[in-house]
Amino acid sequence: MSDVLLSIDNLSKGFSSSGRRVAALENVSLTIAAGETLGIVGASGSGKSTLSRILLRLLAADAGAIRFEGEDWLALSGAALRRKRAQMQMVFQDPLAAFNPLATVGAVLDDPLRIHEVVPRHRRTGEIAMLLERVGLSADYAGRPVRSLSGGQRQRVAIARAIATRPSLLVLDEAVSALDVTVRGRILELLVELQREQGIACLFISHDLAVVRAVSHRIAVIDNGRIVETGPATSVVVAPQSDAARALVAAVPRLVTDPF
Amino acid sequence: MSRLQRLLSQPEGAVGLAILFILVVAGLLAPVISPGDPLRIAGRALLAPFTDPASPLGTDRLGRDVLAGLLYGARTSLAVGLAAAFSAMILGVCVGMVAGFAGGLVDEALMRVVDAFQIVPAFLLALAFVSTIGVSTPVIVLAIALGTWADPARLTRAQVLAIREQDYVASARVIGMHPAEIAFREILPNALPPVLALSATIVAGAILTEAALSFLGLGNPNIATWGSMIAEGRSVLRSASYLSVIPGAALAVTVLGVHLFSEGLGKALGDDGARAA
Amino acid sequence: MSDIFCSLRQLSVTYGHGAAALDRIDLDIAAGERLAIVGESGSGKSTFARALADLLPERAKVGGEMLWPALGHPPRPGRDFGFIFQDPGSSLNPVLTIGEQIAEGARRHLGLNWKQAYARAEELLGRVRMPQPDKVMRAFPHQLSGGQRQRVAIAAAIAAKPQLLIADEATSALDVVVQAEIVRLLDGLVREDGMTLLFITHDIALASGFVDRIAVFRDARLVEAGPVRSVLSAPQSDYTAELIASHRDLRTPPLIAKAAS
Repeated sequence: MSDVLLSIDNLSKGFSSSGRRVAALENVSLTIAAGETLGIVGASGSGKSTLSRILLRLLAADAGAIRFEGEDWLALSGAALRRKRAQMQMVFQDPLAAFNPLATVGAVLDDPLRIHEVVPRHRRTGEIAMLLERVGLSADYAGRPVRSLSGGQRQRVAIARAIATRPSLLVLDEAVSALDVTVRGRILELLVELQREQGIACLFISHDLAVVRAVSHRIAVIDNGRIVETGPATSVVVAPQSDAARALVAAVPRLVTDPF
Repeated sequence: MSRLQRLLSQPEGAVGLAILFILVVAGLLAPVISPGDPLRIAGRALLAPFTDPASPLGTDRLGRDVLAGLLYGARTSLAVGLAAAFSAMILGVCVGMVAGFAGGLVDEALMRVVDAFQIVPAFLLALAFVSTIGVSTPVIVLAIALGTWADPARLTRAQVLAIREQDYVASARVIGMHPAEIAFREILPNALPPVLALSATIVAGAILTEAALSFLGLGNPNIATWGSMIAEGRSVLRSASYLSVIPGAALAVTVLGVHLFSEGLGKALGDDGARAA
Repeated sequence: MSDIFCSLRQLSVTYGHGAAALDRIDLDIAAGERLAIVGESGSGKSTFARALADLLPERAKVGGEMLWPALGHPPRPGRDFGFIFQDPGSSLNPVLTIGEQIAEGARRHLGLNWKQAYARAEELLGRVRMPQPDKVMRAFPHQLSGGQRQRVAIAAAIAAKPQLLIADEATSALDVVVQAEIVRLLDGLVREDGMTLLFITHDIALASGFVDRIAVFRDARLVEAGPVRSVLSAPQSDYTAELIASHRDLRTPPLIAKAAS
């Protein structure tokens, strides 16, 4: 079977709020195998964002361990951490806020290529063109300022930036929540295609079970900082075991089309 | 529409830019268009303006040409104003950046220093400094800068703290960018615009402070300044008010021009932000 | 039959030299009905809501007619209509207590004194199913969650018993579970009080669950309008059909199955 790419063991994180200690994450454990997509679904405040930020080393955990590609991920720091980051990339929720307001598309894609020396300098422009085409944008987008793009186009650029370093794990934190419905489906299809082609594992985080269901092999349900249910996507959706999962299933809006 | 065009399309921006342009031209071309050295005796004393074509704006109590004084004074005001504002900005931005990035004790310590400089009124600080150390132009520039660097420092720090929390800074960390590169390429260029908008106000304040110092006799006595001209005109204010009014009006128009320009600039840059949203 | 509450004829909104934000909208809103305005970003749905509420920026140029037959005059903010904004974080005043914010509308429009207005505010908090209303009265917005803040916003909007409630993407900033609760709440309140509801959203399925009629906007134009069941089961326009087809719920086959693995 596929090897375990990422394993999170008993991760905990608490915040102090008006004197009291609030647990954002409590003994969270999960694993992702190479090439699979794990969906993490939960209501707002359930801890999903805290989890993604700790995973991306933007926030420190209080306790617990994370093993990524066989190494102790939390022990890395400085230049070693920066180098290893090439293997784990992220797509953020807000396509507007995720880019330097002054940047052009080409500069945004050049950064990771340059920092990790993915290709020799003279081949970078070609690589940028290839990345843009891979995410469905034409190569002449490279000269345009990111601000001039639509939400869906920006998210494509964000995905292109994330796969530029050929990561083994892609974390998507509410990556399609801010997009129009018609655009959403196309971005989800793009993600699934990329995974099939390049074997990237994905951690897909969202509060929308329908979207998570569409792209995940397995789903983990998080509620109040704890993982309350894990299983194959179909099982969780068809036969939810936990209250949180049942609430999420019930909350998905359904088209009511039968005429009276 | 380029930023310049946007700036010019605002009435404030256009007028402000026009005033400053005239000021700069007057200052740069002073040796060329001036009737002569402002400190030399040009003719009869207390000649009224528009009476003698050789001295279009008249002469002062010692017979020095008013127009020459006005043009050379423009140089002083501009040079001192810009130099002081520039120094204040550089110092303020550096301190603000260090405080914003370092956080913790370094931030606290630097902010207490900023507090100390903000508590003392800028003019009194400049006054004390110049009267203790001396009246050369570099000292005056430093004195004014010391009184005004605290605001840019605070603003820069606030900007840095706010921008650090943005997703694009987190993105830069996630792709493995070195912290120094993040500071200079991601944060600084986005932190600066509001601070630069502040610089225009600092220039205006610097020009006024320089004039006030000269007025009190603490300016450089070897160059023509508007402040000293206003001071000299005090004793003959009733009979020859033009001696104080003309440089006073020039000062007022200059400061107005700087403020209008800064308004226009703020709007032009501000539109940028609104468009992005 | 029900009277027309609001009638729009060739309503247009333009900003300066740019393209129109709304292009000749003809639409009637019946009294007491629940109408959903559905569209994607840039469709003009928010501009529409703000045009009705007279909340457009000064530089906006409004053309066409807005008639208010039931009221006989343009609606007064707070008194004749209530408005619920998308972001509950910024639509509430951070320095006023919840009680003050809800009571203000009642006091101003119903002529109540502060004591009566506060009593009404607490009663409204109960109606919007806020736990511990007496504590919440003294709380500040930052102490509440997004969903709770939106309940407060709803309470404040209906404080003066308006006839029309406009909800401008009121659930778009909330997660699905809270969204479903807020929609249920709105539906219940509007039925109980006989209010007319204008529900602006980008989610056609969400709207289909509870409104009577639906109007689809695209690129500043009204594409299609009609009873929700008919529009959804037999859409007249390709765009509406596309919106319906893009909807994804738990019954939609997952994309991941298409990937051979």
